[in-house]
Amino acid sequence: MDIAAKLAILADAAKYDASCASSGTSKRHSAPVRGGAARGLGSTEGAGICHSYAPDGRCISLLKVLLTNACAFDCLYCVNRASSNVARARFSVREVVDLTLDFYRRNYIEGLFLSSGVIRSPDYTMEQVVRVAKSLRLDHGFKGYIHLKTIPDAAPELISEAGLYADRLSINIELPDETSLKRLAPEKDGRSVRKAMAGLRGRIEEAKAERRAPRFAPAGQSTQMIVGADAADDHAILKTSSTLYAGYQLRRVYYSAFSPIPDASAALPLKPAPLMREHRLYQADWLMRFYGFSVEEITEGGGMLDLAMDPKLAWALRNRHFFPLDVQRASREELMRVPGLGKTTVDRILSARRFRAIRSADLARLRVSLAKVTPFLRLADHRPSIALLDSGRLVERLVPPPRQLALAL
Amino acid sequence: MLAGPADVAGWRTAARSLLADGVPAEAVVWSTGGHGDLFAGADAGDAPACSASAPSISVPREFVELAGVGLLHSDPGRFDLFYRLLARVAANRTALGDAADPDLVRARALAKAVRRDKHKMTAFVRFREVATEAGPRFVAWFEPDHHIVEATAPFFVRRFAAMRWSILTPERSAHWDGADLMFAEGARRADAPDGDALEAVWRTYYANIFNPARLKVSAMRAEMPKKYWRNLPEASLISPMIAEAARRTSAMVAAEPPVPKKGQRLMSKPIAPLSPDGNDIDALREEVDGCRNCPLWADATQAVFGEGPDDAEVVVVGEQPGDREDIAGRPFVGPAGALFDRAAEAAGLDRSRVYVTNAVKHFKFEPRGKFRLHKSPSTSEIAACRPWLARELSTIRPRLVVAMGATAARAVIGKPVKIGEARGRLTTSAEGVEVLVTVHPSFLLRLPDEARKREEYDRFVADLGLAAPFVKAA
Repeated sequence: MDIAAKLAILADAAKYDASCASSGTSKRHSAPVRGGAARGLGSTEGAGICHSYAPDGRCISLLKVLLTNACAFDCLYCVNRASSNVARARFSVREVVDLTLDFYRRNYIEGLFLSSGVIRSPDYTMEQVVRVAKSLRLDHGFKGYIHLKTIPDAAPELISEAGLYADRLSINIELPDETSLKRLAPEKDGRSVRKAMAGLRGRIEEAKAERRAPRFAPAGQSTQMIVGADAADDHAILKTSSTLYAGYQLRRVYYSAFSPIPDASAALPLKPAPLMREHRLYQADWLMRFYGFSVEEITEGGGMLDLAMDPKLAWALRNRHFFPLDVQRASREELMRVPGLGKTTVDRILSARRFRAIRSADLARLRVSLAKVTPFLRLADHRPSIALLDSGRLVERLVPPPRQLALAL
Repeated sequence: MLAGPADVAGWRTAARSLLADGVPAEAVVWSTGGHGDLFAGADAGDAPACSASAPSISVPREFVELAGVGLLHSDPGRFDLFYRLLARVAANRTALGDAADPDLVRARALAKAVRRDKHKMTAFVRFREVATEAGPRFVAWFEPDHHIVEATAPFFVRRFAAMRWSILTPERSAHWDGADLMFAEGARRADAPDGDALEAVWRTYYANIFNPARLKVSAMRAEMPKKYWRNLPEASLISPMIAEAARRTSAMVAAEPPVPKKGQRLMSKPIAPLSPDGNDIDALREEVDGCRNCPLWADATQAVFGEGPDDAEVVVVGEQPGDREDIAGRPFVGPAGALFDRAAEAAGLDRSRVYVTNAVKHFKFEPRGKFRLHKSPSTSEIAACRPWLARELSTIRPRLVVAMGATAARAVIGKPVKIGEARGRLTTSAEGVEVLVTVHPSFLLRLPDEARKREEYDRFVADLGLAAPFVKAA
């Protein structure tokens, strides 16, 4: 099988992992220092770079492939499960290394995201994955981004080595609920996933605390949850996320709407989860992490988020007594709760209001949608109507009628 | 008169001296050399002569950074705008605080557009490899919106210093020979190579990483606008991929569930060997991790069992594992554990001869952002966990049990205990074991007042001192 044929299979097999980040690692570069020679190949600059986008709206930042899609696990939601009839392939360590370097030199990618089906044993699989990263770093002086998937139950020495070469490590929690994990992924064990995450957190903290400690995954760890393959509602999903963020210092929890796969198992739902549900979960995740909302506040309207409106607007409509707020006096925390005001805009308002009484023209200049914010915000030249705030018409005004296109998805 | 459209340093020098001379913004006509500027040449002679050594004007660093980026915009009014803003900032250093000021909003918008253009250049430049006598050379053709080539080229040096490369654009070209970065005139698309053998492999990757079941074309176009497509080798696939997506997805949904492939060897989970007598400490430790007697297991990482010699004369019982214990899977490794170690040493209690454990084996907490806030276990959770403590004690058979804090006291004695009344006295339990009640070390950690803290620490050490003879007696 030639390299392109293998790549077709092993990229196809990797695309259900939503993680694409190439940001947040230590800064490195390969430019000559004081007239010397270049030191290896590559750089990382803090912010990640998305080198392309596919029509599924996902960014292409890393060469995301599996080392092999052969797998001794039979997770029903996975296209690579043991009982699936998909074509199988396996890269050699050398092939992945060369492909990464060739793509990188042409500026197609930021680096490599390598995962693998579990073959022979967790240790054997992990060792193969680590060998790729080790060769890139040591044989080729590669300074680009490397994300490795860690295999739960792999030996601690292998995890240490992975953290030495990788920028980010991740283990997927897959499903929020352990009983559905047992049903859909009988070989996986939710407890060992959590223990592995705890182990990574411990090592990441150690490496950070001691300057002389060996490097360990400077871009931290992340995980992914599949949405809509089991009966778990959004409340359960967000509750799990908040526990994971708090417990294991995750940089990101990725949500992946369950989507039809070729050669799907009969035990799965036929219909894909709406992409809008995935989108709402990301919005809720942001509200939890950056806007000071708790899971309970976000889901107080029921276990499922409203697909027709974003969770911040939904919260505001449930909590109308909180409004209207005075743009000149409200605290940062309060302004962050106004639908239509983002973090940057709030900072700009806080700064500008020391100089002027904020009017609607000022907000318009800051590119704030007046239609969205004026029902909730008192301005120098605008007094929101309490009658409107209390009436049923407010929803109609703020929530656009569903479009046919959205239904088609 | 500036040296070119990206001559930020020239603008800075000129602006400073104009400002020092008190020239109002309306009276300045900015022009850039060459590059077909409308006013180039004509006004050059009339431009006010700039004094060579511009006086230094103090402006906030934020303005310098903003102007350094925003001046690279292609908007012909940018020099005026930033000069106007400079005059205001020089007169009043806090002027940049008014985030709703029209000039400042415009300046920020220009800078944002330039930053985005620079970022897109780092993303969408595509090198093509050319064989030359001196070895391979990588050449790219790119069409930026703004005057960003000089400002973005250092990124490519940092990243591709080991390669020889050129980036050609209509306005400027950048060349790196492995040691020096040089800029030259603009180029034409025809000057760049028209292909690279590896692009077919890249297109294979692009086609296969795409998931046809989740089409989000507008999200793609927001981040990768069509204007870039003509220079991206993968973009020719976009239209056919979108056209095919619906058919591929419905085929997947409609497909009959296939017959599972047979004869696969699945990996079996290692089964923990059951210990023959079923009641030694290691067997209990294995068993407790599977405990589901209360809901605390679900959010915790693991059960944290006791640790120490299994023939210890003294067993010390704490409340429950904390954040650090939950991560490490070991008791007494957090701040309260460290305080206990210190106090034990001060009390002459041989720590290596003590078995330490907790009344409740799973960590109970409330997630709060990036942290987990400790929550006290409820009566029912303490009761649910009590059998584990009982089995630990009946296996070790200590002469003394030290209960630290109300939760531990309740678990050991079996009923609510007032710590203030019971502490510091040896009593005998119903099972005939001696029991010593004292405070939990986390109580000492929470005390705000330093004097009170020292006093309470001394009492704690005194309490532990009562336990020391039980070990020494061995």
